[in-house]
Amino acid sequence: MNISIVQARPDFAAIAAWIPQGASVLDLGCGDGALLDYLKNTRQVRGYGVEISDLNILHCIERGVNVIQGNLDEGLSGFESNSFDFVILSQTLQATRHTEALMKEILRVGREGIVSFPNFGYWKNRMQVLLGNMPISRELPYQWYDTPNVHLCTLDDFENLCDTHEVRILARHVITGGKDVEVMPNLRGSVAVYRFKRAE
Amino acid sequence: MSNSVGIVTAQRAHFDTPLQFNSSAVLPQYDLVYETYGTLNADRSNAILICHALSGHHHVAGSYAEDPKNIGWWDNMIGPGKPIDTDKFFVIGLNNLGGCHGSTGPSSMDPATGKPYGSSFPIVTVEDWVHAQARLADRLGIQQFAAVIGGSLGGMQAMQWSLTYPERVRHVLAIATAPCLTTENIAFNDVARNAILTDPDFHGGDFYQYKVVPTRGLRLARMLGHITYLSDDAMAGKFGRGLRSGEYKYGYDIEFEVESYLRYQGDKFAAYFDANTYLLMTKALDYFDPARHSEHNLARAFAPIKASYLVVSFSSDWRFSPDRSREIVKALLHNRRNVSYAEIQSRHGHDSFLMQDEQYFAVMRNYLNNVAKEAA
Repeated sequence: MNISIVQARPDFAAIAAWIPQGASVLDLGCGDGALLDYLKNTRQVRGYGVEISDLNILHCIERGVNVIQGNLDEGLSGFESNSFDFVILSQTLQATRHTEALMKEILRVGREGIVSFPNFGYWKNRMQVLLGNMPISRELPYQWYDTPNVHLCTLDDFENLCDTHEVRILARHVITGGKDVEVMPNLRGSVAVYRFKRAE
Repeated sequence: MSNSVGIVTAQRAHFDTPLQFNSSAVLPQYDLVYETYGTLNADRSNAILICHALSGHHHVAGSYAEDPKNIGWWDNMIGPGKPIDTDKFFVIGLNNLGGCHGSTGPSSMDPATGKPYGSSFPIVTVEDWVHAQARLADRLGIQQFAAVIGGSLGGMQAMQWSLTYPERVRHVLAIATAPCLTTENIAFNDVARNAILTDPDFHGGDFYQYKVVPTRGLRLARMLGHITYLSDDAMAGKFGRGLRSGEYKYGYDIEFEVESYLRYQGDKFAAYFDANTYLLMTKALDYFDPARHSEHNLARAFAPIKASYLVVSFSSDWRFSPDRSREIVKALLHNRRNVSYAEIQSRHGHDSFLMQDEQYFAVMRNYLNNVAKEAA
C-alpha cells in the first residue's frame, strides 16, 4: 500500500527521502493524510496535518492521522515558532492566496521547509500556452475557470522568491513521469520539490 | 427505533468515604445516580464516560419502561451503530454532585439534619466532580477509560480528567468547550444567578422548607441562557419577527413568537430544575481555569496530559467559540500530544453539539472507530 502511494505521487518519495526517523512534521494542506500516514509508518514521525476540507478531515481521522482543520490563508498562528523539524507544503503552494506570507510562516514554525509544486515552465505547459491555451495536464488537471491554482510559477520563479526573501535552498529534486530530471530542469521538469531553510 | 439502546434503568451508588471539595468543604457521604449502556469487555478497556453540561444528567440514551417518552439527552449520538457505538463500548452516564436528578445535591436530604441541604451544600468545582466520577469508576472496576467525552461544561470535565488522572484516560473528546470561560460568559452567568438570588422565593437557598420554588428567577435565568446557546441566525430563521396574533397589540403580553418560545422554555425548565443546582453549575463553569496555577499559561498547565484529544467546535457557537477550542489545540501541540481538531459549519450556536449533523457525527464516528480498535 505504501509503495502505491509513492508511485502515485512521486513528490512524496522525494519528500520522504529527506525526512529522518522520528522527526516532527507539519503537513500543510495534507489532503487525505496519505503522506503523513506514509511518514508515520516508514519514519515514525510525530506528524500533524492542516486541512480545510471537511471530507479530508474525515479521511485523516479515519486513518488515525492528527489533523487540524484550518485555512492556510489565515496563517499559522495556531502553531508556535520553531515547533517542527519540517513544515511540508506538497502541491499546495500554487493554490494559496497569500503565498509570500505563507513562505515566511513555514520558516517561522519549521526549522526547515519542504515545498513541491507543478512546474509551469515545463515544456508541455509552454507548448500549450504557445498554441494559445492554458495548460491542462496530469499535474495541472483544471480548466482555467475552475482551477484552485492562483499562484502558478516556474522553478526559476520560485528560486527568485527564495533569493529575495532570505530563504536558502538546501536541495532540489525535479521529476517528470516519476523519473529524475538533471538537465534543463526548468524546461524538462513537471514537478519540483525543494528543501530550504532561513538564510542565516 | 432499531438503533436505540432501548429500555434502560438508572442505578444508584452510595459512597461513605468523605469527599473533600476544592473549597475545603467536606461531604461525608453521597449518592451518584448513573446509567450504563453496552457491555464492559473482559479486560475492562472499552469504557467511555459521558460528562454532562449545565442542565444534563445521567439519562444519556435510551428510555425508561415506565416513561417511554423520556429519551436520553444524547440519544442521537449513543446507541448500537451510532457514533458512540454501544456494540463496541461500555458507556456510562452519571448525574454530577450538586445535581437535581438523583445524585446528592442541594435538594437532597442531609442525613445530619433531616432537612434538604439547601444553602449548606458546598460549592462544587469541575475538579470535585472528576474526583467523584473517579470513585464511581473504581466502584465499576474501571481503571482506565477508553475515552471521556463531554460538550460545554462536560468538555471541561473531560479535559480535567486528563489533568487529574492522566493515566486513567486514553482519549478526551472535548466538544464545544473552552479552557476557561470568557469575561462575557461569566457576566451572563452572573445575571442568571442574580435572577435567582433576588427572587423573594429563594430564601437564601433554603426555599424547600417554605414549600416554595423561586420559579421567576429560574425562568429568567433559563431564558437568558437559552438565548446565548442559540445564534442570531438560528433564532431569526425559527421565529423571525413573527407575531402570534399577526398584529401589534401595544402592550406587554406575549406578542412576538420568540417571546412565546422563550417563556415556554423558561416555564418548562423551572418546573423540574432546581434553582440551587443552577447556581452551582454556573459557578463551576466560572471557576474552571486549569491555567490559573500556571500563570495563565495553558501550555504549561497541560504538561501532565497523556491522553490523545479530539477537539470539536461549531462555527456559530459564540459562547464557546472556535477560537477557544484552538487555544486547547495549541496547548496540546505545545506538549506534543496527539490531537485532531474539527470545526463544524453549523447555524445552531452552542446547542449545535446536541444536534444531529452529518459532518459532526462522521468526525465522532471515525475517531471513535480507531479508539475501539485500540480497545479490542
